[in-house]
Order: sequence, then structure tokens, then C-alpha cells
Amino acid sequence: MRIRAQIAMVMNLDKCIGCHTCSVTCKNVWTNRAGAEYMWFNDVETKPGIGYPKSWEDNDHWKGGWRLSRTGRLKLRAGGRIRKLLTLFANPDLPTIDEYYEPWTYDYLTLTNAPRSRHQPVARPYSQLSGRPMEITWGPNWEDDLAGSTETAARDPNWRDVEEGVRLEYERAFMVYLPRICEHCLNPSCVASCPSGAMYKREEDGIVLVDQDQCRGWRMCVSGCPYKKVYFNHVTGKAEKCTFCYPRIEDGQPTICAETCVGRIRYIGLVLYDADRVREAASVRDPKDLLRAQRSLFLDPEDATVREQARRDGVPDDWIEAARRSPVHALAIRYEVALPLHPEYRTLPMVWYVPPLSPVLHAVGDDDGADPDDVFAAVENMRIPVRYLSNMLAAGDDDVIRAVLRRLAAMRVHMRGVEFGDGADPAVAPSVGMTAEEMEEMYRLLAIARYEDRYVIPPAHREVAARLEGHDGGCPVGQHGYPHSESTPAPAPSVSAHFMLGTQLGHQLPPVRRTAEGFAGGLPLTVVRSTGEVQ
Amino acid sequence: MSGGDLVLWVLLPYVSLTVFVMGHIWRYRHDQFGWTSRSTQLLEDRLLRWGNPLFHYGAFAAIGGHVLGILIPASLVQSIGISETAYHVISVSAGTVAWVAVIAGLLILAYRRVMVPRVRVTTTRVDVVTFGVLFVVIALGIWETFGINLLQGGYDYRATVAVWFRGIFTFQPHTSLMMSAPLIFQLHAVTAWFLFALWPFSRLVHAWSIPLTFLGRAQILYRSSVPTSGSRRAP
Repeated sequence: MRIRAQIAMVMNLDKCIGCHTCSVTCKNVWTNRAGAEYMWFNDVETKPGIGYPKSWEDNDHWKGGWRLSRTGRLKLRAGGRIRKLLTLFANPDLPTIDEYYEPWTYDYLTLTNAPRSRHQPVARPYSQLSGRPMEITWGPNWEDDLAGSTETAARDPNWRDVEEGVRLEYERAFMVYLPRICEHCLNPSCVASCPSGAMYKREEDGIVLVDQDQCRGWRMCVSGCPYKKVYFNHVTGKAEKCTFCYPRIEDGQPTICAETCVGRIRYIGLVLYDADRVREAASVRDPKDLLRAQRSLFLDPEDATVREQARRDGVPDDWIEAARRSPVHALAIRYEVALPLHPEYRTLPMVWYVPPLSPVLHAVGDDDGADPDDVFAAVENMRIPVRYLSNMLAAGDDDVIRAVLRRLAAMRVHMRGVEFGDGADPAVAPSVGMTAEEMEEMYRLLAIARYEDRYVIPPAHREVAARLEGHDGGCPVGQHGYPHSESTPAPAPSVSAHFMLGTQLGHQLPPVRRTAEGFAGGLPLTVVRSTGEVQ
Repeated sequence: MSGGDLVLWVLLPYVSLTVFVMGHIWRYRHDQFGWTSRSTQLLEDRLLRWGNPLFHYGAFAAIGGHVLGILIPASLVQSIGISETAYHVISVSAGTVAWVAVIAGLLILAYRRVMVPRVRVTTTRVDVVTFGVLFVVIALGIWETFGINLLQGGYDYRATVAVWFRGIFTFQPHTSLMMSAPLIFQLHAVTAWFLFALWPFSRLVHAWSIPLTFLGRAQILYRSSVPTSGSRRAP
């Protein structure tokens, strides 16, 4: 056993209002640059829908993630390394930018400069790729709140084996928001796909990053990720992805998407896991066992022997203490109400979701004697079909979804009793396998959700940070500030050009996008260690 | 030997090679961030899918042909059992396959780069110069393989151009051998030196990044932020 710590996230879909604040703040911080216009490290999708990029979940088509060979060995779904090298010049599984969307801006200047005329001047859309006027036919949130989903949503892969009748009625029946970031997987297929070895998982906190200096633009990570959360910057020629806001995490702060979430749906904390058993867990035969296998990797920080081993493996004491207070550990492992997104991709993702309750479709109380608090009946009749959720969050295992929804519904019944009735019905909590205390703790975590309970992030250690500074030579975003030698001459790099958060250079119309700005997607680090088997 | 010959067949090669080596060292040390294939597959896929593999695999074949015909002495080729006739058959047949692939790929890619607006705007001035020189070098090479060696009965460049080329690396450039070579061979050599000089400053540097280490490495890479890998604290 070798214990590592992983920073992880849980999102409570019950509370997501689909406001896109997370997406917008993330974009302003990370992808507000030339070549990154189309990238959304965080996006919020309305389900049912095909999402961003189009039909990303259809990995029969895109070939992201892992599969098991007939002999039970874990293989990249897109094929082995020799095949990857042979298709280096034209990656057969790469989505084009039209699968994301063609980014555009508007000719705003016309609004103020247009000569006097009978009609209002109109700001026309211009492509940020070609600088030409364009028709907008698809965008990053085209399906927002089911807009246009009569056209597209039938192609949502999560529909498979959902009853036809339900499917046809979905527009009246349900929708659910799905905010998505990089999953920072325990078994990341993007890392395994990278021919240059530029992608890596940080030993300390498990954050998956792209070393911007080592990336050679072979694009295999983009197709290798089954969540399509690695993007190709067509200006710099390098891959970029969600960094889990590592500069903030190292400082003990939550990611910007979590910090600014108005619904307070996000939880960030540590989990301790056994790094030696990752491959084994990802290789269980039945996809429905992947959830159990992944949960079995997580170790209980309340267990003194686990803490001792973690200490021996180099996890600092305050990190171990933080793992004990981790809301992610509580929701994903202790209460078992959070689930991984598409576990069947076998990447062991580390952003988990509490599935949403939804209104009961047909009034359960219609029949005489039916109990409105009967959570077992209610779960079966919710607007969001159990199978739809299980295809998304449980590799098609309906029982997993039912168990979670029952716990969430039972928690409401229990708390209604506590707050408004004559005390909680003592039978409710045990009926879903919990004690009343556990139920009330879970309620506090999910409903009250104070800042310090939602985000338990121990800062990186000062002695570590000091060494990082020594390696890095200062601000991580500064060092790639210069356009590289092949670019057309950019304005002389001013101080602000060094910072990604600073000015956007060359922002006139038609859009000029030939400026390569830097991206701090990965610190240049000195020690490269490899584990895992060689295929 | 005129001054012009000295410049073309002695000075130019050494200047070009110096720029080639020093340029690469400089670029590698100072511009890791700019060292990339600068792929435009994201922007356009349908033409690239044909043009790019054709061009690259054709180029590999052409490079292999140059190694066999120019870099390895004819006597050595003969001693491993490839006779003069056999070499000629190989060089003309494989050479034809190579140049057809290269030029077909290059034409598709050139059409794509000019006609697809979103690809076109990614083109830098260095790209234009590189593509131009590359095209001239390739066109002259095709003229040699197809026009001279196949249609006109051939020219024994292995006894002249190849000897001169190898002589550059042994600091014995046999200038006279090049002075008597046909004009097309002379032009091919001169433009090739310009291409080599351009190489470190262009996107061609990605050729040195063919990720062969990928075949032998671990699947999942971990990196530690601190030298005491795996441990966050000093041991």
C-alpha cells in the first residue's frame, strides 16, 4: 500500500441553478486569451442534450478513455502506442472546432461609428478564427434550458434503454444541469495518451496538468480524454486544460468556479487513496463494479493505521487532519450520496456528483392510503428517469441511483419531522441504512453548507512552496509571456503581456488572433517519476 | 575555381550547418514553449486527413532515399549486396512512390492553407518562406528523380554530388565534383542548404520531437514538485 492524497470535488446537482457563473469566472481567469476563445475549462450543460463538444459522451465514436481487452488488460480505447504514432499526422478521433463551436465576437465599433441612417446600426458577428463575418449556428450553450433540444437531445447517449414513452415526453418532463470541469482522474487516459510525456499527475495533490514547455502539439490527449476536457490551443499549438486552479489550491483557497458558485453546490476536500491499487480498480470486469472498486481505493482517515501509513508515505500531518474533515470523503464515501460521472470510462474520475431529486411525475398520493413520505415509491416516479441518471452516474446500475435518491428523500422526510413535526420518525433513517445523527450531519453539509465546511483545503507547505519558487524562478504565468519566434510580430511585450489575466493584445476588429500568450498549465518541475506498467 | 563556386560549394554548406546546429541549440534552450508541430487539424480535418499523412510518409521515404543514395557511399551499398542496377531500380521505383506521395500531400496541404480561411490566418511569414523553400527543393528533387534519372537516362550523382556532400563532413569538400554537376542538381543542393539554415527557426523543428520514447514509458506519469519525490517533507 502506498497512500497518496488527492484533491477532489463534489457537486450537488440538486442545488445547481444553471446560472453559468462558474463558467464565466473560470473563463475570465483562465481562457480569456488568443487561441483559447473556444475553451471552457468549466461549462454547464443542460441534460438531456449532446453537450460540449457535441456528443462528447459518445465514446463509441470518439474513443476516449479505457477499455478492457479480452484478456482483461486495461487498454486505451483509441488503440495502442504504435497506432498512436502511426496516426500522429492525422488523429482519426480528434473533434474539430466545429464540434465545440466557432468562437466569435461582434463588430461593436459600428454601433458608435456608423453614419447617420434611417435604421439602427447592427453589430455583426465575426469569426475569431478567420476574422470574417459569420452566421452563428452553434455555440457553447446552444442547448441551455433545453433550447433547441428538440433537434439535438435525442442524440444524447444517456438515453440508451430509457423507455421510449419517457424519451418522447422529456421536454415536458425534465431537465438537469451538469456543470463539468476536468475530472483529475486517478487513472487519466489523457496522460497515458500523451506521446511527449508532457502531461502528468501531481504526486502531492493529484492535479493533472500539461507541461506547456514539453507539449509538442500531437493532440492525442484531446481525443484520449473521454470527457473532452483537454483542449488544443490553435495559436500556441499546445494542449490546455482545467488546472483545478492549482495556484489557489496551493494557497488553501477553493477553485474559482467553486468560490463563485452562487448555489454553493461545490465541495472541495482531500481523499486518501491507495496508489498501488489504481490499475487493479480500473480493471474490474463489470463496469457496474467500477464504483465499488473506486470507493475501495479510498482509505478512512479515521483509521489510525491509515494515518500512520499516510505519514510514512509523506503526507503531511495537517493534510491528514484535513482529510478527516473532508466534505468529499463525507459525501462520496461516508454517506455514499456522491457518484462519479461515467465510471464506465475507467479513468476513475475525481469530480463526483450528488444526483438531483426531481418532482414526482404522477402524484403518488392519488391512491388511497399512499404515504407522501414514502420515499421508496417517490424515487420510482420522479421526473428524471432513474435510468437516465444511472447511465450518466452509475454505468447503468439503477440500484445505485435509487439508493442515493432514497437517502436524499429520506433526509428531507427526517428533517421535516425534526423541524416542523413532532420529531423525526425514528424509522426513516434506518430504512436507508443511516443513523439519525448521520442524517442530520449530512443535512448540515448539504443544506447549510458553510464556507469552511464546503472547502477544506490545506495549503501547500511553505518549505515546499519555497522550493517551488527556487525551481520556477518566480511567477508561473510570467515566463511564457513572449510570443514565440514563429508568430508574426506582436506588440512589444509590455509588463501586462506577461500575465494571462492582463490585457488581451490585439483586440481590434476584424479580430486579430496571432498573438501567442502564455499559459501556466504546468510548472516546469524537475523530478519526473513514473509508475505503472509498460504496455 | 571561381569565387562563386567557393561560396556555393564550400562557404554556403558550412554557414548553413553552423546556423542549423547553433540555431537548434538556441531555440531548444530559449523557446521550448514555441517548439510544437503547430497542428491545424482542429480547424480543418477533411483535407488534412489525406494531405498530411501523404506528405509526411512520402517525406520519410524521401529521407530514407537520401540516406541510401547520398549519405552511404556507393561502395558500401554495393558491399551489402545491392548492385548498381538494383540500386537504380530501387531508387527510381521507390523514389517515384515517394515523390508522388510528397507532392500530392504538399499540394493538398497548400490548397488547404490558401483556400481555408481559418487555416490561412494561422500562417506566419516564416511559414510562407519555409513552405516556399520546401516546395522548390522538392520540385527540383522530383525533376532529378523523374526527369533526369527516369526519362533522360540518369546521372550518377553517387559519384559526384554524394561524394561532395560527405566531404563536407570530413572537411574535404570536393568542389570540382559539384561544379560539373547538372544545373538541377546544383540548384537542389543550394536550396537545400537554405532549408537547413531555415530549419531551426521554423516549425520544422517538430521533426526532432518524434515521440519514440512513448513506446517504452509508463502509462501514467507522476511528477513531484520537490526533489525528494514522493515525500513532501525533507527525509
